[in-house]
Amino acid sequence: MSRNLILGACLSSLVLLAALVSFVWTPYDYAALNIPEKLQPPNAEHLFGTDHFGRDMFSMIMVGARTSIAVALVAVGIGMALGVPLGLAAAARKGSWLDEVIMRGNDLVFAFPSLVIAILITAVFGAGAINAIIAIGIFNIPVFARITRGAALSLWEREFILAARVSGKGAARISVEHILPNVANLLIVQGTIQFSLGILAEAGLSYVGLGAQPPTPSWGRMLADAQTMVSFAPHLALIPGLAIIITVLGLNLLGDGLRDWLDPRIRVARA
Amino acid sequence: MSLLQIKNLSLAIHDTDILKQVNLSIAPGEIVAVTGESGSGKSMTALAVMQLLPNGAQTDGAIRLNEKDLLDQTEDQMCALRGAAIGMVFQEPMTALNPVKTIGDQVMETILIHKAMPHPQARARAEEVLTRVGLPPDRFPLSRFPHELSGGQRQRVVIAMAIALRPKLLIADEPTTALDVTTQAQILDLLKGLVTEFGMGLLMITHDLAVVADMADQIVVMRHGEVVESGATNHLLHHMQHPYTRMLFEASGHQVTLPDPGQPKPLLEVSNVVRDYRLPRKGLFETSGHHRAVDDVSFTLNRGERLGLVGESGCGKSTLTRAILGLEEVQSGDIRLDAQPVFSGHKANLAVRRKMQVVFQDPYGSFNPRHRVARLITEPFHLLETPPTGSERQDRIAEMLTAVGLSPDDMGKYIHEFSGGQRQRIAIARALIIRPELILFDEAVSALDVSVRAQILDLLVELCEAYDLTYLFISHDLSVVRTITDRVMVMRSGQIVEEGRTESVFSDPQHQYTKDLINAAPTLPDIGKVVA
Amino acid sequence: MLRYALKRLISLMISLAVASVVIFAVIEVAPGDPASFMLGVNAQEDTLAALRAELGLDGSKVQRYFNWVGGMLVGDFGTSYTYRTPVSQMIADRLWVSLPLALYALTLSTVIAFPVGIYAAARRGKPGDLTVMGATQLGIAVPNFWFAMMLVLIFAINLRWFNAGGFAGWDNGFWTGIHSLTLPAIALALPQAAILARVMRSSLLDILGEDFMRTARAKGLSRRQALWRHGVRNALIPVLTIIGLQFSFLLAGSIIIEQVFYLPGLGRLVFQAISARDLIVVESVVMLLVFAVITVNFLVDLAYAAVDPRLRSRT
Repeated sequence: MSRNLILGACLSSLVLLAALVSFVWTPYDYAALNIPEKLQPPNAEHLFGTDHFGRDMFSMIMVGARTSIAVALVAVGIGMALGVPLGLAAAARKGSWLDEVIMRGNDLVFAFPSLVIAILITAVFGAGAINAIIAIGIFNIPVFARITRGAALSLWEREFILAARVSGKGAARISVEHILPNVANLLIVQGTIQFSLGILAEAGLSYVGLGAQPPTPSWGRMLADAQTMVSFAPHLALIPGLAIIITVLGLNLLGDGLRDWLDPRIRVARA
Repeated sequence: MSLLQIKNLSLAIHDTDILKQVNLSIAPGEIVAVTGESGSGKSMTALAVMQLLPNGAQTDGAIRLNEKDLLDQTEDQMCALRGAAIGMVFQEPMTALNPVKTIGDQVMETILIHKAMPHPQARARAEEVLTRVGLPPDRFPLSRFPHELSGGQRQRVVIAMAIALRPKLLIADEPTTALDVTTQAQILDLLKGLVTEFGMGLLMITHDLAVVADMADQIVVMRHGEVVESGATNHLLHHMQHPYTRMLFEASGHQVTLPDPGQPKPLLEVSNVVRDYRLPRKGLFETSGHHRAVDDVSFTLNRGERLGLVGESGCGKSTLTRAILGLEEVQSGDIRLDAQPVFSGHKANLAVRRKMQVVFQDPYGSFNPRHRVARLITEPFHLLETPPTGSERQDRIAEMLTAVGLSPDDMGKYIHEFSGGQRQRIAIARALIIRPELILFDEAVSALDVSVRAQILDLLVELCEAYDLTYLFISHDLSVVRTITDRVMVMRSGQIVEEGRTESVFSDPQHQYTKDLINAAPTLPDIGKVVA
Repeated sequence: MLRYALKRLISLMISLAVASVVIFAVIEVAPGDPASFMLGVNAQEDTLAALRAELGLDGSKVQRYFNWVGGMLVGDFGTSYTYRTPVSQMIADRLWVSLPLALYALTLSTVIAFPVGIYAAARRGKPGDLTVMGATQLGIAVPNFWFAMMLVLIFAINLRWFNAGGFAGWDNGFWTGIHSLTLPAIALALPQAAILARVMRSSLLDILGEDFMRTARAKGLSRRQALWRHGVRNALIPVLTIIGLQFSFLLAGSIIIEQVFYLPGLGRLVFQAISARDLIVVESVVMLLVFAVITVNFLVDLAYAAVDPRLRSRT
């Protein structure tokens, strides 16, 4: 196991742990206002200081991890649940109208960056964490469809697939029995990377007000709130930023480490 | 005076010994062939001369080119020698050229990088060498890109690059292995001609003993990184000292005796089969063209008969195989097994598929790496209405593994635990497990080393005796088809051009193409009698 | 080549057409009638009808779709519900901020990433490579808007080299405009440059393993010469794809970054429009963004053909 993998796993589990623990325990109530203690820099009582309402930043970061992870995880789930079957189907029917429709559909979705999708959804239905999930999730579909199709296409050329066809197995069965297990590693690695991209995207959407709404704490919105106070309370901006960086860095290192560990030969498109 | 002298060369990569005390020498105008099976270290010897070894390589000994020890040269000095004093030709012409540069630029680069002459003269020289290798600029302008050329033509470009500065030493690493036999003969002739014309020394790396015997002045036989035997070709062929050398030559020309096929009774009937592929449309409003891969092919394969199908790449033999297996539908014609069509109503006929199995070429790509042997070889059970279960299934697996020379204990292993030859045995076990009436061998021994190939051929004969096999043996290798089939068909451009008893087709070919094929194939000298 | 370009062009048209239908349909789903939203609940039915006619809200859906698309083709994006001014004018004003910002960032990102990626690939596994790779790993993890806030904190608030926000406009000279876009462009470009440098490096390393690189070395090219003459151009093919993708990220990213720097770009416009429920503006801006992404990818396809002769001869 590489250093990357260990460091990435440690950082990721640290964040995950914080998110899980926040369900049962936080140092303070994350929503409790305490105006007299507002804008304290990090100190022994408030490890990460307090914000302009005197709320404990440490507790908010812990609960914010929950939001980030939930949004990104569900978005990756949507992307995989829809993208992988589409990719498998497109590869199984290479060159057919089905393949063509799926791939052109992919191209079309690629033309809508997740922010644009979020803008559209918000314009119509209003803002909220669900928007962020849908917007990031939709953008993930073509990512997974494409990578699945690419890997599956080269597998379909392999002779063990021909052998399975000679044994009378149909395309659906071969896809599940032979193709899917052989692309699983690739999907795990890409999933980790999309997870980290999802964290970044969620932060961005929340920052511009298209993501999680108050009172749900979110790292992106904490940054938006901090913006006007950055000159006299820089910790308000620094701490949520570092939380995002650590999470994303951890997941990326984990993804890179997993790729090398699971199979040194596979290549993942990183974009 | 030798041009190149390798003395006690040892090579280790990351502390793994690759070469041990290798000695060989080449005189100007001489062809030295280094041969051996995979893992013998023959390619590494070539790369060591070029000093293009992988990272972590440590060398010991001496490689003298005109009394200059290449192992002592700095990287800059080596750059000055590569391309100018030593040229090299590689195995894979399809990937050896930069796809985004023209062939002219790539040939001229050899000249320009060594500042051997100014640009206009370099251009003239490039045209000259390309003409010499058979690509005259009036038909193959310098502005061509590699993808516009065939494999043989690309190999000519690679050779032109290697000889553009008239190096004293040319190294060719399996230069014809990726080529068809007729192309191979042309490229070998070209190399021989160049050696005579320029007085170059040629270090030729090849696994093909027929090529070796045909071309070389000196032979060096390697095994596990060591030279086991070397000497002048004629002398070595007639006085082989080392048992490994003898085994290698015997295995290359391995002959088997097939049991009698019995009374002819049709099993597979192929009549007037046509298979077209649509070509990509040339223009948006033009209709797409067709490539006729299989053109009106008819033949009958009798029960108990072993039929061969030979032809060069692109002749349509793979397409025909897929059609017989029912993997692809044909445009017209009829394929019947036991009087039943393999395709009925646009769907593969499962009742027929049950009676057919296939063994592929690539022992590495034929198995799902994530399944164990037991699951791999029982995959055809899917075709049966009531597949055996429990102990019956275990017995069948054990029986099959034993039949192909493996142990029943192997059923719990993964495929990566086996060698290439063992994998091919497992592939045969998979094909046999449902006792098919017909087996297709699609280049099934082409990727194997000669000694392993001989063992697999022996296994086939054993299985013919034990299970009364009927098979169609598809191969580009004439010598193998000659010994392992009763009857043979020669295919070219989608058509069967000749068909008959194997021995009579080979000894008295009727069609011009068959004659060309047989003439082009280098033949092994009949050493069996001489040695004894 | 021409045939290839034509084929891509047709596929571009189809993508645009489908995208416009999708956007139109989504906006159609929006609840509420813009006219009554604008005039309040007490508006008379005939005034409402007049306003609807003025805004082009009467008629069937199909008719309105074609009016919208037809208008866009001749540069008429309709009239803003809130400002009652032509949307095209509003967009044009803002575009002069957003487009230069995205292009500035794209240029920066490419100019930084290429040398860095090539440097790292040439020194694979050595300290230089490891340092660069560590830095890019960090670069990818940094959210651009947070990075922007840090830039403001350091270079605007503490060092006072730049203004913390706002846009001086192009009227005061080109360099004044560029100056006020510099921090935003850096904030956008650096995380993208980190990704691009990694792609450049890995793509080059892939190429280094190719047979033709060995052929080049056998001709007498040094490692470095082989890398430059044979590696870089082949490595560009995957890199171009990423540049195309990055443009859409940059465009989207610029919408967020504009918030940090209070830049009067498309981002500000669209967020104001969302809160005012000025859906025609949202619709048009979104269509414009999608148009930009699709067009850039079309250009990338053409660039492929320039780099790769195999594409030129194929249809």
